[in-house]
Amino acid sequence: MALTLPLTLADKIWDAHVTATTPAGSDLVAIDRVFLHERTGASALKSMASAGRPVVDPRRVFAVMDHIVDTRPGRGDKTLMLGGQAFITETRAAAIAAGITLFDVTDPDQGITHVISPELGIVLPGCTLVAPDSHTCTQGALGALAWGIGSSEAEHAMATGVLRLPRPKTMLVRFDGALRPGVTAKDMALALIAAHGAGGGAGHVVEFAGPAVRALDIEARMTLCNMATEFAAMAAIIAPDEKTYAYLAGRRYAPTAFDAPYWTSLHSDEGARFDRTIVIDAAAIAPMITWGTSPEHAIPIDGVVPSGPTRAHDYIGLAPGAAIIGTPIDVAFIGSCTNARLSDLRRAAALVKGRHIAPSIQKALVVPGSGAVKRAAEAEGLDKIFAEAGFEWRESGCSLCFFAGGESFPAGSRSISSTNRNFEGRQGPGIRTHIASPEVVVASAIAGAIADPRDLEPQA
Amino acid sequence: MTPFTTLSAIAAPMMFDNIDTDAIIPSREMKSTGRTGLAEGLFAGWRYVEGRVPNPDFVLNRPEYAGARIIAGGANFGCGSSREHAVWALAEYGVRCIIAPGFAPIFAANCIRNGLLPLVLPREAVESIAGREVYINLAAQTLTCGDETYSFPIEAEAKDMLLEGLDAIDLTLKSRTAIAAWTHADRTARPWIYL
Repeated sequence: MALTLPLTLADKIWDAHVTATTPAGSDLVAIDRVFLHERTGASALKSMASAGRPVVDPRRVFAVMDHIVDTRPGRGDKTLMLGGQAFITETRAAAIAAGITLFDVTDPDQGITHVISPELGIVLPGCTLVAPDSHTCTQGALGALAWGIGSSEAEHAMATGVLRLPRPKTMLVRFDGALRPGVTAKDMALALIAAHGAGGGAGHVVEFAGPAVRALDIEARMTLCNMATEFAAMAAIIAPDEKTYAYLAGRRYAPTAFDAPYWTSLHSDEGARFDRTIVIDAAAIAPMITWGTSPEHAIPIDGVVPSGPTRAHDYIGLAPGAAIIGTPIDVAFIGSCTNARLSDLRRAAALVKGRHIAPSIQKALVVPGSGAVKRAAEAEGLDKIFAEAGFEWRESGCSLCFFAGGESFPAGSRSISSTNRNFEGRQGPGIRTHIASPEVVVASAIAGAIADPRDLEPQA
Repeated sequence: MTPFTTLSAIAAPMMFDNIDTDAIIPSREMKSTGRTGLAEGLFAGWRYVEGRVPNPDFVLNRPEYAGARIIAGGANFGCGSSREHAVWALAEYGVRCIIAPGFAPIFAANCIRNGLLPLVLPREAVESIAGREVYINLAAQTLTCGDETYSFPIEAEAKDMLLEGLDAIDLTLKSRTAIAAWTHADRTARPWIYL
């Protein structure tokens, strides 16, 4: 029997995709799937068309309208963003011309890229998937090597079938123990970034492992992997297990059986060498919330605002030493590729049921991650629970995760949001964003001020 | 693409961490599916007060840094959204190099594809050169400022691409035979990938 060096999962997938190595030592890595959206998709496809470069394998390229598409009922191509309609019509025309698969505005499968790709079985364990969208790392939750790229790299992948890249470094982040009640995958991600910085994972493929990760369902694993880009990681990955294969069984683009030897090889070997290892005690994590303007500005919800960069304190309007609980909020948002899947909506609805948002809340919104999530939630009556509590219930899309020029609030408004970025101006000029789990969002919407969901008992 | 060989310019100081691509080009400034017309929106949230009036406090609005070709920034520069529009906006404004203690990986890759040099130096070095005239020699991987010369790291392939102004797609298409052979074999090994 040949002796082989123990390998990490990321290295195994990388090795399985190297088509050639360049004289300078980069690899030409085969790309199995490309996903585009209307914000960057038309630009990449139009640029290829004008250069006379065809898409080498259109059957493995997908596109969806998610970023600036309207989420109000009865929507069409018109957007709240001025001039946004051109992004939709041009992406549609370019997708049809290139012969790729498009999930259009009114398609029942329309939804946020990183919600529908797993739902449809487009992302698979051991595959490589890229998209001109930083949160592509979400899809590593299925055991794929999935990462965000720019438009030029998307063109490169579509025109050549490969990307030219130096082999990335690897990092193991192991969550030992078990999460306490009321603590979620979102809190795991924020706790990691708070402890090790928004640049802490730079250039690495981060493998999440350990008993607390194994215990997460597939949707929660997506939430954890989603935030890896806020850690500056190239990608995140979780080794596939029975849960992964059970999740994918019967999905439209997934194989009918996962019985080839390739599937069983998809784990890091005992003794595999990572460039860096971080160990976190899952039981020590509390519900987290951001106080500032970077995801690294995250604290336990029962904590006080620490001393950080002056410009972050000035923007957010909170001084060092202040308790974060009780800070009045104006807007509440549940949505995004981080936290808008069915399990997220179920947990939020369980807390909301029989309660009402505070009268001081100007707007409270639930935007399901996909058409399929929306239909499943409605079949369970979750839409009614949210509506009775005072939340608007919308069509699927990225919505208030960022401000493209459409829907927003007066400068200075304070938002509690289940999204991934609390940057200055992310949700609109002057908007102060606090990111947290859906549980924290609904508890805060009910209280009218930042609140700890552990103080709310689910109602029968 | 314009090759990057040497550059002499003042490094405009933006010495705070986590300057994100939403700050570099706010989403509302991405007004078309094209790659041009973006320079006006560069740093729009900081650069203008209401009604597109220049904010006199913003570094690029100060006469000594107007039209800067180099920006000296803090750690994790270019974090956030993958939007290449951030790099297109910087390039259109005239920026050819960002100097920082570290970059978000997608932003750094976007810089290379557009002829901008993402130059990594230790934080103390970036702080000491910020606001001063520097000379960059990419072939030698050195940055000189006053009497000090610093060496900086860069991936071999990224360096070649910048020095020669190469188009990555044209370069990769030279390997199309090897890629096709690999794909042919992979169709048998992993048929489920090929839809």
